[in-house]
Amino acid sequence: MRNLWNSYRYLFFRRVVQIGLMLLYFGSASWGWTILMGNLSSSRILDFVPLSDPYAVLQMFAAGAVISADLLIGVGVVVVLYSIIGGRAFCSWVCPVNIITDAAAVLRRALRVDSLSDRQRLSRNLRYWILAMSLVISFFMGVAAFEFISPVAMVYRGIVFGLGFGAAAILIIFLFDLFVLKEGWCGHICPLGGFYSLLGKFSLIRVYHSEENCTLCMKCKEVCPEHQVLHMVGKFSESVLSGECTNCARCIEVCDDDALEFSIRKMAENKKLGENNDNIK
Amino acid sequence: MSENRPEVKMKKEPIGDRRKFLLNMARGVGIATLGGFIWSAQVDAVTASKLMLRPPGALPEADFLKTCIKCGLCVEACPFDTLLLAKPGEDKPLGTPYFTPRTVPCYMCTDIPCVPICPTGALNEESVTTDGVLDINSADMGLAIIDHESCIAFWGIQCDACYRACPLLGEAITIEYAKNERTGKHAFMKPVVQGDVCTGCGLCERACVTEKASIFVLPREVAQGKAGDYYIKGWDKNDEKRLENAKAIKTKTKLSEKSALDSLNDVGDLY
Repeated sequence: MRNLWNSYRYLFFRRVVQIGLMLLYFGSASWGWTILMGNLSSSRILDFVPLSDPYAVLQMFAAGAVISADLLIGVGVVVVLYSIIGGRAFCSWVCPVNIITDAAAVLRRALRVDSLSDRQRLSRNLRYWILAMSLVISFFMGVAAFEFISPVAMVYRGIVFGLGFGAAAILIIFLFDLFVLKEGWCGHICPLGGFYSLLGKFSLIRVYHSEENCTLCMKCKEVCPEHQVLHMVGKFSESVLSGECTNCARCIEVCDDDALEFSIRKMAENKKLGENNDNIK
Repeated sequence: MSENRPEVKMKKEPIGDRRKFLLNMARGVGIATLGGFIWSAQVDAVTASKLMLRPPGALPEADFLKTCIKCGLCVEACPFDTLLLAKPGEDKPLGTPYFTPRTVPCYMCTDIPCVPICPTGALNEESVTTDGVLDINSADMGLAIIDHESCIAFWGIQCDACYRACPLLGEAITIEYAKNERTGKHAFMKPVVQGDVCTGCGLCERACVTEKASIFVLPREVAQGKAGDYYIKGWDKNDEKRLENAKAIKTKTKLSEKSALDSLNDVGDLY
């Protein structure tokens, strides 16, 4: 039992946060709660603190909209928050699509879909190109382009305000991730994830890998949805510095050797320095 | 010969790289163009609907689509569940707020809770403020239009459901009396919408007794024509002001190269 808790504790917390936030939003729309009103595009905490999706606001800016002060404050709060807890913490701790793609990944592993298909060659940088394209299209079409097709917003609005055909979006992403492309949506396409990757490049909370504990079992790389960020595993001790790491902590959970843990960026670096000094001595 | 071979290979290598680079570039441009056009077409399609009735204080539609972040705070603020967010598959700009008066009209709250909560200013508080006070009567969500063919008041049957339902009673909808020539002894009591007063709340549409509403709200852009700069009410000082910004269109044809007199006198063209 203890083992089970150990290997799923962060997953549990993530689902609690994801579903809890959805519940708060749903409660505000349905039962008049005021803890968290609105949705992921823009919301208010306790009818006071504004929050806004910085990527949506960036698109609005590209489209030529006048950006209100409320919106800027909201963007500021969100940017500061994710600069601390990691840019793509949004992806694994908040975004509802994460639950869908995680489910697809689990099923994909269980069905061993990978053994059927050739290794895919689609670049994970595609999302940055889509991010750039969304801004170009926003500029030319005069509306926030991704917001009108975003399945993330669709799913979220669906949960809070009624789904409509949004159910199709969920199914499409699930099937795409399951059969077409491994980690397809979150790992290759979603420009919102791309945006948070860029934002989270300098964020404070990082996964730290200590090479001396590692037994090279590679369970972490197997479970990681962005396995390229774990390039240092078994090679050298370092923080996972790529912005593409979602801080989902699955690697920490599956590691039986305490070779991975959360740390604060600067402290981790100091620790490394200290070790080096020890070696010199 | 055999000594030359490696040289040939070495020469080919950079060409191969260059070709690969160019092909990769071409593929990237191709995919980006394809994706960009499909994406733009989709955005164009979902934003095309011009028949959306927006919450009070909404910016003009193009600016509204730009500015609305689709957060649904206005929807949550509405105490009558009038406002909805457009869902996928409804052929409306996805995620933007709208209302359907025949189902639930705007009940014109005096404190207009849906407007000040808007974080982006897509619902503009200023446009529904008169003398520093929120004034729902200055809202302009649309314009009520009456279908004279199906409105039973125009048949001679007495009905003033819309007139009674109007929150600006006697101002936005007035009753026009006319003699009913068919019977010779009854009066028509025809409802008439006063376009400059109507807020487009849709209470009349909700109240209309016909099977499908004979009075209905359309966005002003859709419902109204425009006289343009060529026609000015010369007897109206306010309307004459439009002359200041009036623009003339100069048409240039072969005839207009000469003065009017010359071209009329020139009979050469007739033969």
